[in-house]
Amino acid sequence: MKKLDIRGNEKHFDLTIYFILIIWSLIIIIPVLYVFMTSFASEKEYLTRGFFIIPRDWTMQAYEYLLGNNNFLQSFKNAILITAIGTFISISMTTLMAYGLSKKWLKGRSLMNFMVVFTMLFSGGMIPTYLVVNSLGMIDTFWAIWMTSAIAPFYLIVMRSFFASIPYELEEAARCDGCGEWRMFISIILPLAKAAIATFLLFYMVGYWSTYFSAVLYLNDPSKWPLQVFLRQMLIVNETMEESSVFMDAVVRYTPGAKMAAIVISTLPMMLIYPFVQKHFNKGMLLGSVKG
Amino acid sequence: MQMNVQPKLQPVSKGLKHIIRNHYLRRTIPIYCMILPGLLYFIIFKYIPMFGVLISFQNYSPFRGVMGSDWVGLEHFTRLFSEQNFLVLLKNTIMLNLIDILFFFPAPILFALLLNEIRLKWFKTSVQTLVYLPHFLSMVVIVGITSILFSTEFGGVNALLEGLGLSRIAILGDPEAFRWIWLFQNIWKEVGWSAIIFLAALGSIDPALYEAAVVDGAKRWRQIWHITLPSLVQVILILFILRLGSFIDLGFEHIFLLQNPLNLSVSEVFDTYIYRVGILQGQFSYTTAVGLFKSIVGLVLILSANFIVKRSDREGVF
Repeated sequence: MKKLDIRGNEKHFDLTIYFILIIWSLIIIIPVLYVFMTSFASEKEYLTRGFFIIPRDWTMQAYEYLLGNNNFLQSFKNAILITAIGTFISISMTTLMAYGLSKKWLKGRSLMNFMVVFTMLFSGGMIPTYLVVNSLGMIDTFWAIWMTSAIAPFYLIVMRSFFASIPYELEEAARCDGCGEWRMFISIILPLAKAAIATFLLFYMVGYWSTYFSAVLYLNDPSKWPLQVFLRQMLIVNETMEESSVFMDAVVRYTPGAKMAAIVISTLPMMLIYPFVQKHFNKGMLLGSVKG
Repeated sequence: MQMNVQPKLQPVSKGLKHIIRNHYLRRTIPIYCMILPGLLYFIIFKYIPMFGVLISFQNYSPFRGVMGSDWVGLEHFTRLFSEQNFLVLLKNTIMLNLIDILFFFPAPILFALLLNEIRLKWFKTSVQTLVYLPHFLSMVVIVGITSILFSTEFGGVNALLEGLGLSRIAILGDPEAFRWIWLFQNIWKEVGWSAIIFLAALGSIDPALYEAAVVDGAKRWRQIWHITLPSLVQVILILFILRLGSFIDLGFEHIFLLQNPLNLSVSEVFDTYIYRVGILQGQFSYTTAVGLFKSIVGLVLILSANFIVKRSDREGVF
């Protein structure tokens, strides 16, 4: 605040900036609010009233319908399973590897670091990866999703620089007290890294929850589809088919309320963790600055 | 003298060596164990596929494997370059990238600059909270909301337009609108989140610089131009290099979600093509060639951008 006070007061300049930011905030919030509110509106009101934010009569019909829809429940369960186990796998593998690679005395360290960075520059591509997953028999299992995105190289690099910034003396002192490497990692390093781990845990969580394409790619069995694939069938296929009205009969029709409610339910978990992320992310994102 | 001392010391140093070695192993083995799962992940799911690109020089058959399939040299590459689709793919990829670099890339910078000028603390934090929020919505949900809002029959936007006495619009299947919808959804989702890194860099500017500028009579926008913006140059350059690396690799999932039979002429890019022809039609070798071409162009772009930045006496990424 003080920093800006010294910079001089220009009313018009300030007003313009406030104006732009308020408009942009409205552009963000109105669609979100619209979806949330219309999920409580009756179908009749939605179809006759046009654009509105506050429904006249509130109803939970859409939610009741969805919670009785087996496909929806199944995909919700799948999404939770994929997210919970996937996040656990990712964060454990990332933390362990990042800690190991932060040891400057380790032989082969620079080769392994290079291996990580190189995957950010070059990749074998979709088909060779698919063939590897296929030959491991992972098609139609959640392992395909977990294993193909187990470690995000960028998160790994940021965590590595965080671990490297922990003073070496701490490690030496612990070692003199007869502490083994594993015990040191678990009882000294992990507590220090709590904020960093929490941040990336949440990032991974958001990533798994939004996973769409790898599910389409690797899961052919509809009973394994996660929420996002179900949502896509419901929201996008339905709507665009209306436009081209070719495959009309093939698609189940959902009421607008059900669509809105599905969006609300599917975003709810992320909205619940959002405050926690917000607390940490500034720190987490900048732990090791942009540079690897 | 020395000859006399040496034999005496030997047993001691041998023992010491033994201890040191033991000690080194005691430290090293657990650390390698920690690295192993991650390393296996990179080898199996990143490096084996990299060698898997060999099948782009073969007529790969899943039954005969990489070793047993026939080698065909550059046949698949010549097919790619002579295919009529190739120019369309290239054009679509370049167009989307140009739009993205011209309009999306500067957006978070602009947003950070605007936010940096706000002095009301509560206003600043509420705008931030609001604008970061869409980052947590999945692409499926965002594309879904768009298609609900712009649906020709009952969409909110069309209802609103009609209420205002305007005519209804059908932009979802409109090839002309595809790129702009794509761009707008990108900005809507990520502008706030991508600004975090710039905001952090802005926080570290020395206030004395502004003080000096004010003494010299600089107005606010002059201060932005001469102090705030230059302090972001390094971050902007690094992010720009990284952005070029994904030139040919742009958010494939998003395009895939927006794609429908009506806008195929502008929405087909390399990855959607690889998915359709490779996974759905089973032409593994040919589409691996397409993927390899894509990866190599990406690699060349990022390395040359990095090289140019380094040549101009600034820090690159690598």
